[in-house]
Amino acid sequence: MVVPRGGQSSGQCPVDKEHPFAGAQAQRLPPAMHCLRLALGLGFCLLLGITLCSLWMYVENWLLVSYIPYYLPCPEIFNMKLQYEEEPSQPVAQSQYPQPKLLEQKPTELLTLTPWLAPIVSEGTFNAELLHHIYQPLNLTIGLTAFAVGKYTRFVQHFLESAERFFMQGYRVHYYIFTHDPQAIPQVPLGPGRRLSVIPVPGPSQWEEASMRRMEAISVHIAKRAHREVDYLFCLDVDMAFRNPWGPETLGDLVAAIHPDYFTVPRHQFPYERRPVSTAFVADGEGDFYYGRAVFGGRVARVYEFTRGCHMGILADKANGIMAACQEESHLNRRFLSHKPSKVLSPEYLWDDRKPQPPSLKLIRFSTLNKDTARLRS
Amino acid sequence: MDPRDFWGNRTKSCLCLILLFAVLLGFYSNVFSLIPRRQTEKSQSPEAHHVQGQRESLTLSEGDGHLDSCRIPEVPRLLYPKAQLLKPSRVDVLVMTPWFAPVVWEGTFDSALLDVQFRNTTIGLTVFAIKKYVVFLRLFLETAEKYFMVGHKVIYYVFTDRPADVPQIALQDGRQVVVLHVGNYRRWQDISMHRMEMISNFSRQRFLREVDYLVCLYVDMKFSDHVGVEILAPLFGTLHPGFYAADRQSFTYERRPLSRAYIPRDEGDFYYAGGFFGGSVPEVYRLTTACHQAMTADQAQGIEAVWHDESHLNRYLLSHKPSKVLSPEYLWDEQMLQRPPLLRKLRYVAVPMNHTEIRSR
Repeated sequence: MVVPRGGQSSGQCPVDKEHPFAGAQAQRLPPAMHCLRLALGLGFCLLLGITLCSLWMYVENWLLVSYIPYYLPCPEIFNMKLQYEEEPSQPVAQSQYPQPKLLEQKPTELLTLTPWLAPIVSEGTFNAELLHHIYQPLNLTIGLTAFAVGKYTRFVQHFLESAERFFMQGYRVHYYIFTHDPQAIPQVPLGPGRRLSVIPVPGPSQWEEASMRRMEAISVHIAKRAHREVDYLFCLDVDMAFRNPWGPETLGDLVAAIHPDYFTVPRHQFPYERRPVSTAFVADGEGDFYYGRAVFGGRVARVYEFTRGCHMGILADKANGIMAACQEESHLNRRFLSHKPSKVLSPEYLWDDRKPQPPSLKLIRFSTLNKDTARLRS
Repeated sequence: MDPRDFWGNRTKSCLCLILLFAVLLGFYSNVFSLIPRRQTEKSQSPEAHHVQGQRESLTLSEGDGHLDSCRIPEVPRLLYPKAQLLKPSRVDVLVMTPWFAPVVWEGTFDSALLDVQFRNTTIGLTVFAIKKYVVFLRLFLETAEKYFMVGHKVIYYVFTDRPADVPQIALQDGRQVVVLHVGNYRRWQDISMHRMEMISNFSRQRFLREVDYLVCLYVDMKFSDHVGVEILAPLFGTLHPGFYAADRQSFTYERRPLSRAYIPRDEGDFYYAGGFFGGSVPEVYRLTTACHQAMTADQAQGIEAVWHDESHLNRYLLSHKPSKVLSPEYLWDEQMLQRPPLLRKLRYVAVPMNHTEIRSR
């Protein structure tokens, strides 16, 4: 018979008497030794436990796939940015302009303020020179994203040329052209302080697929690059062109543009997503304006949150096997309903040339090119 | 003896083992319950408003207008009439300045919507009740309780040299009065001008931590209608009731080039009133500091601006354009002016008083 030595193995009660026929001496280990062994055993277990625990935590964090980190810290308190355009740090230089007339009827027939006191920008509501005086000293860089995927690469030339003429003249501009075919992007001569970057994206199989991935691509791009390079970012459709000056009147925290086909239409006729199962669902009595997907923008941090939020909604729908009625535009409208834009652009900033220009819109600045859309989407 | 001892030993070791298990279980369960909590907290901020459509308020992202200003506030489901794009809200008045600052009139805004957007905002109200002006406090505070920022957190900062004379007013939930004991000056002009200095000092020391927005008001007035979050903006001023229809040449700006408040005759947007201005705490701090420095410089030159702190306020707001302008609804004097039809509501009006008598003591 083997007589086990007392107190040898750890984690076990350090007593001796495993064997019933052990000698009497084995029973008479002093109690202090028992306690000591017990304590040692406990202590060792605890130590082992702590080690395992911290190892686990480390490994778990390492193993997790981290999505795009939320990179933007809150701006420091003295640069607090609130609902409207950031207060310029420098005073406005003296400039001559007519006094605003409080009691005169405005020449515009459009609503100029939303019910949440966001300006609606149209010709006649602003003084371009004054705004230039306010924004020019801020040394801003404005980014512009456009997706030229599939057959849409053919529009880049005209888009860029018109942007060079009309978009943010006098400011630093950075174009981001997202394309699957960098070779197809023509070399367009750019003015001083303006640059172009080509961002490769995977080619789409279908038009819907391409438009759904736009939000994801923009938010990834902002997180990786654009947040360092630009202050404001606009996301425009490439199959359009600028017709008239587009300037700093469009700058704001979060900017949306009203869709030209729906600005006279009551809200129950808006092509919102009406199936409650979708994340883009908008109920019947809700809705401010129907915003177009071809134009949106704002401060780069806001655009990041906005596109990220839309992308999450699109993903959730995808997981449920549903695609919203107007694809990305439905999600965009849903998001703008709960996160109201701080500035709204009238349909002057997003027009369809096939429609006759109504008298309420004085100056069309950005509009579609006539094209055969069905052919393009195939 | 032996079997009993045997069982005793076995029992002991079993007991020890059980004890050990218990200890380990307790330890691990605590640790593990900590890990998931931390992780979900980390991943909660970006995904919190994970488009479930009608998700309500967010934990971290109380956006614009708050200290964490990184986010646009999310507005939960609300039913309200749709804005008509082809129907301007007011055709008789200007509702937006050329630099996109809304001019706040009745009919241009939806209170319910704005209340939701500003739902976690704390507003500070500064009022100066020096010497005899303490008599106005009761009416001021009582009407403020009825009309000013109802439903929001408000802190009334009462600057006075007579703290014992500050009346006890019944306050609603989430509202408090803070009495700040300050010195007084002999001349009422000096009192008025030192408002800027005191607001500037206290902004840095206190207001920055306690409130999101500051509203600086005159005490010899009372509230007579709703004054809510529609006024809140990074920087706002109010149109003086006597000059809203006047030409810029007739504005009573300081016209002597020697003064720091000088504005030439061909410049000026509006004539802003000294009795109702405000904005976010950093912006009010900048404004009051600039005005105070300008007034000190003027004093060194031996000059005093024609309308004291109001002139300096106008000078500042000319070069630092306000993000919102409040219509004369927000500051009116029924005794001195006849009410025109374009003022649908009178929200903050002067209390009739004998100026000379009050100012002399």
